[in-house]
Amino acid sequence: MFKRKKEVTSDYQEAPPRVKTFQYFRRVFFSRGVVIFGFFVVVLFIIVAIFAPLISPHDPYEQDLDNVMAKPSFQHWLGTDTVGRDTLSRIIYGSRASLMVGFVALGLAAGIGMSLGLIAGYFGGIVHAVIMRFIDALMTVPMILLALTIAAVLGGGLTNVIIALGIALIPTYARLMCGQAMAIKQNDYVTAVRSIGASNLVIMIRHVAPNCFPPLIVMMTMQIGITILAEAGLSFLGIGIKPPGAAWGAMVSEGYRYLTISPILSFAPGLAIMLVVFAFNMIGDGLRDALDPRLRGTL
Amino acid sequence: MSAYIIRRLFMALVVLILATFIVFIIMRLLPGDPILLYLSQDAYSRFTPEELATARHEFGLDKPVVLQYFDWLSGILHGDLGKSIFKSTQVTDEIKDALPITLYMGLIAWLVSHVIAIPAGIICAVKRGKWIDTVLTVMANIGITAPQFWVGILLIYIFGLYLNWLPIYGFVSPLDDLVLSIRKIIMPVFCLSLIPLSGCVRQTRSAMLEVIRQDYIRTAWSKGLRGRAVILRHALKNGIIPVVTLAGMSIPIIIGGQVLIETVFGIPGMGRLAVNALFSRDYAIVQGIVLVIAVLVVVCNLIVDISYSWIDPRIRYD
Repeated sequence: MFKRKKEVTSDYQEAPPRVKTFQYFRRVFFSRGVVIFGFFVVVLFIIVAIFAPLISPHDPYEQDLDNVMAKPSFQHWLGTDTVGRDTLSRIIYGSRASLMVGFVALGLAAGIGMSLGLIAGYFGGIVHAVIMRFIDALMTVPMILLALTIAAVLGGGLTNVIIALGIALIPTYARLMCGQAMAIKQNDYVTAVRSIGASNLVIMIRHVAPNCFPPLIVMMTMQIGITILAEAGLSFLGIGIKPPGAAWGAMVSEGYRYLTISPILSFAPGLAIMLVVFAFNMIGDGLRDALDPRLRGTL
Repeated sequence: MSAYIIRRLFMALVVLILATFIVFIIMRLLPGDPILLYLSQDAYSRFTPEELATARHEFGLDKPVVLQYFDWLSGILHGDLGKSIFKSTQVTDEIKDALPITLYMGLIAWLVSHVIAIPAGIICAVKRGKWIDTVLTVMANIGITAPQFWVGILLIYIFGLYLNWLPIYGFVSPLDDLVLSIRKIIMPVFCLSLIPLSGCVRQTRSAMLEVIRQDYIRTAWSKGLRGRAVILRHALKNGIIPVVTLAGMSIPIIIGGQVLIETVFGIPGMGRLAVNALFSRDYAIVQGIVLVIAVLVVVCNLIVDISYSWIDPRIRYD
């Protein structure tokens, strides 16, 4: 039985066993120091966000009016803010907002954007024209302004920021997916599947979409950083998690008002944003090199 | 070529109309009635339903949304962007004051970033793996990850408050006081150019690396041409195309950055106007700003698209 099966496929080059692929991936991915650094920072970031209540040394909401804007000390590693809340604990809790918005908004944007792009690229013609002109129209408004407008209209808050960023980030995915789908539907195997009577839906989901993914996965990793930056920008402007909830951008903005007295209030959360965004970008670089060497330097 | 430009112009128009429509619809989702806000701000006393209806009629808010949209569109064609509900000023006047500031700073940031980034990217590609490549690449990687508004605050602290070298707040027109104006825009322009600069260094570097590997570059070297001629005349011409794409794409990024940077540095430009209008729910102003920005972006994209065929005659459009 085994032998016969082998005969049937002998004309074709056999796919290498999966383990090898994974080993190759791991070798390339972890070959650069910065990527390893990024990987560990991201793992740490996710752990900190999930286990924030266990890790943070103080209650991030507990006010201590006798100990306002304290300098860094053993008790408060990064000092305290204007109402005596521990800055380090607030940064630890703030990672939750960043993580949540980063991933959920990205998922939302990628889901909608990729579906639109797939439909536009697969059907072409008038469908393509209509969808892509809408995407072009969305792209004429700078992403942060569009997100700000939508979030403000919806009334602020974490959920609305997620929705706003989810809409504002759609164009990137739609465009890339559309280009991919247009290229991939030209392949012979798509014609072959159609000739055995597969419906459009089946071809799109089972055969075209999976082959579009590699560059999109790289793109998504790189976009997590951009999403987190955008969230920080929105919360800096005052739209986002409602006070007293902690968000890094809002903390930078609060600290800005007391820059002369206690600059660390503004510097520390900004550094956290930068570190996490840098880490995600490095992982994106590593993924790009490992998944698709052709993309090196293009995304 | 001219047929292509006409077709491209038509498409740009369609995109613009769609953009205005999307923004109009988003603004109408607004929770809360702006008229109620307007009246309660004006007079703290109670107001009658008749007054409400009159005010609503005055701003044209009693008509169906689609009609309101067409009213607004026809207003635009007459150069009228509507009236600010809160300041009872014309939106056009508000934008007329803010737009030159934003354009001026945005243009400088755009120029500065590309004038620095393209040579830096070329140096990185030519000296690949050397210390200067490593230093510039790391700097570029940091540049796209640092939040602009935070870099602005950092600069304000170091150069404004600690060293006391630069003024930290506001904007002065270069026509009024050139030196002060330059001193005031150094920090905001630096922050604005950070992302386009870093992106452009990375893009130029990778595009040039791609090109330098090609056969015709080897031919150019083997002809005995000098290094500068090979890099600038042979490699750069082909390597610059993706950079032009990015240069076009960086325009909305700079304008988006201005929303944040103008807030940090207290510059009375379009970005701050938009933020203030959004927080006071003054949607006539927001619509006007978005329209003007969309026109800007569309025109810039058009220029970039057309300049492709000028830079690279191999690119032919049907």
